[in-house]
Amino acid sequence: MISGADIMVKCLQAEGVDTVFGYPGATICPFYDSLYDSDIKHVLVRQEQNAAHAASGYARASMKPGVCIATSGPGATNLITGIATAYCDSIPMIAITGQVKSELLGRDVFQEADITGACEPFTKHSYLVSRTEDIPRIFKEAFHIASTGRPGPVLIDIPMDMQTNMIESFEYPETVKIRGYKPNTKGHTIQVKKAVEMIKKAKRPIIVSGGGVLSSGAKLKLQKFAEMTQIPVLSTMMGIGVMPSDHPLYLGMLGTHGRRCANKALHTTDLAIVCGARLGDRAIASPDQMSERTKIIHIDIDPAEIGKNVAVDIPIVGDMNNVLRGLIENIGDFKINDEWDERVKDLKAHYQNKISTFEGFVEPRTLIGKLSSMLKRKAILCADVGQNQIWCANNFRIREGRFFTTGGMGTMGYSIPAAIGAKLGLKKRDVVVVCGDGSFQMSLNELSTIVQNDLNIKIIVMRNYRLGMVRELQDNMYNKRHSATILNEAPDIVALAKAYGIDSVEVSSNEDAEKYIGKIVESDKPFVLVCKVHPDTPSIM
Amino acid sequence: MKYTLSVLVENQAGVLSKISGLFSRRGFNIDSLAVGVTSDPTVSRITIVANGDEYVVEQLEKQLNKLIPVIKVKRLIDGEFISRELCLIKVHSPAAKRFEIIKIAELMGAKVDDVGTNTITLEYCNTTDKIATLTDLVRPYGIREIVRTGTIAIDKGKTTVN
Repeated sequence: MISGADIMVKCLQAEGVDTVFGYPGATICPFYDSLYDSDIKHVLVRQEQNAAHAASGYARASMKPGVCIATSGPGATNLITGIATAYCDSIPMIAITGQVKSELLGRDVFQEADITGACEPFTKHSYLVSRTEDIPRIFKEAFHIASTGRPGPVLIDIPMDMQTNMIESFEYPETVKIRGYKPNTKGHTIQVKKAVEMIKKAKRPIIVSGGGVLSSGAKLKLQKFAEMTQIPVLSTMMGIGVMPSDHPLYLGMLGTHGRRCANKALHTTDLAIVCGARLGDRAIASPDQMSERTKIIHIDIDPAEIGKNVAVDIPIVGDMNNVLRGLIENIGDFKINDEWDERVKDLKAHYQNKISTFEGFVEPRTLIGKLSSMLKRKAILCADVGQNQIWCANNFRIREGRFFTTGGMGTMGYSIPAAIGAKLGLKKRDVVVVCGDGSFQMSLNELSTIVQNDLNIKIIVMRNYRLGMVRELQDNMYNKRHSATILNEAPDIVALAKAYGIDSVEVSSNEDAEKYIGKIVESDKPFVLVCKVHPDTPSIM
Repeated sequence: MKYTLSVLVENQAGVLSKISGLFSRRGFNIDSLAVGVTSDPTVSRITIVANGDEYVVEQLEKQLNKLIPVIKVKRLIDGEFISRELCLIKVHSPAAKRFEIIKIAELMGAKVDDVGTNTITLEYCNTTDKIATLTDLVRPYGIREIVRTGTIAIDKGKTTVN
């Protein structure tokens, strides 16, 4: 005989899960008791939302679904923001929540919440387990759904009695059979050929690449296609890292907070090849104008994204790997014409940004620009949300590493827990967090998790005593009325970090900041570097 | 523009809430929604009548297809399907008016299900348009209550949605 809780652990092992993130509670206790005997590493976060963010960072680093666990009621509802963030950013994730005993469901008992109902809009799929016998099938399906097609979070809500019930034996299914779920990954051959013809006829083509290129692992294929054809590449926030930042064909991030040369190029193009991007409002502010101006080939694994925001000339539904392979095989020796090549080079040279500095403060954009060269080639930068995100997106010179941020949901407090997950997913990589003092204070409790798990994560806090992004919005749109955007001087972040057992200093010049970064990257201990930033430093150049 | 969708779904708890949630969340307007089990007891069929332009209906189909328990979505083509709706109408009917109302019911092919001292209840199974005609005809007498099932629809000829 075997309990439901033991089965849950065996299911995770069968899926090759080695690390999970969570926070226990009464209704998930049977599972935690079984987990205690297993070889799966459990990372105890300090608030459930961070378990989901850490699972997200882990998933992005390891390219496997991240697993987060919480108890029923408030534990489960605390997960929601993390699940919603993963949903928006298309991150494969399994969220496991305890639930009150099935016989008590619907009676509003202690710590009961309808979490499958509450998460409906933010999950790719969800299960409320009603028979212990179903657990293996449900786990098999959940991992399959989370990691195939367009990745996303799947929630498994398990009443306590389903965990304690004993059944005869455990057998993990080898295959899944879900009638309503068969993602099309192939990419229609005729559509690919049509796309090739359109590219060959284009005078000023451009590639817009999004997070889909990274999540499908098609980064190198995209680089190859761009290099073969010499078509310049822009990226969305989620697509940063698709090309090395200094690649001659790369123009940077597009959109409201993007680089001017990228936006200029997008305005000039006559054919946009959109790869794994949904073209949300931050990327394309006026989609109707874009459709009128230029032809669009849209490649995405999710058919519902094609035509949703921007009208499309050639839709291709499929995995980026397959479609890019098709494009590479069919494009022949096509190269863009010299005129367009020159124009792009001009744009890139012309829109070099001038950065104003403030005496006695760190200039964050310059610092982030230099950061990459002080780290290993494959370093992972986790940026939070706010001005710090834009500074990082536009200035971090990515080489072979990764850039983790929440481009879709824009959840403050993401960077520190995501870095915890990233570090555990790729232990040998340098992992650096850049956040603001607002976002730092949203998840500073996780410093404790970093220390407990002895994680070498360097945290750079851009401290301007402001909620800078909103303050900037107030400067530009609300007559400089700084309603609720001023933070006070407390806490002393250096003292706070030290209280957690993490060494920390505050610096007020780039020179000092660089000096410390040079020193701390050599150490295998975590560090909090507080950079004093002038409140008037803008997010865009 | 009105359109009719036939949606085959897994016959499980919670599927209907996933579908109705999708409508409110994405701002789709629906006129009616009817659910019933098919010849396969593990599959239910939902008929949705909704309003919107081509963009809306395309998005609606795609978003429905994204739901895991949705097995198939088919847009029925105007003029190529039969649709029916069942409705029960309770009409105010003093004895003096009773026969007028029964006459209207006869003309329209509705059935009289119940007669009370001051009411008469008609049962009518027809298209949405015909139901509108019948309700218009009995409205002057005073409609006390109407219950409708929502439209169900099936392709004409040998075409099926299986």
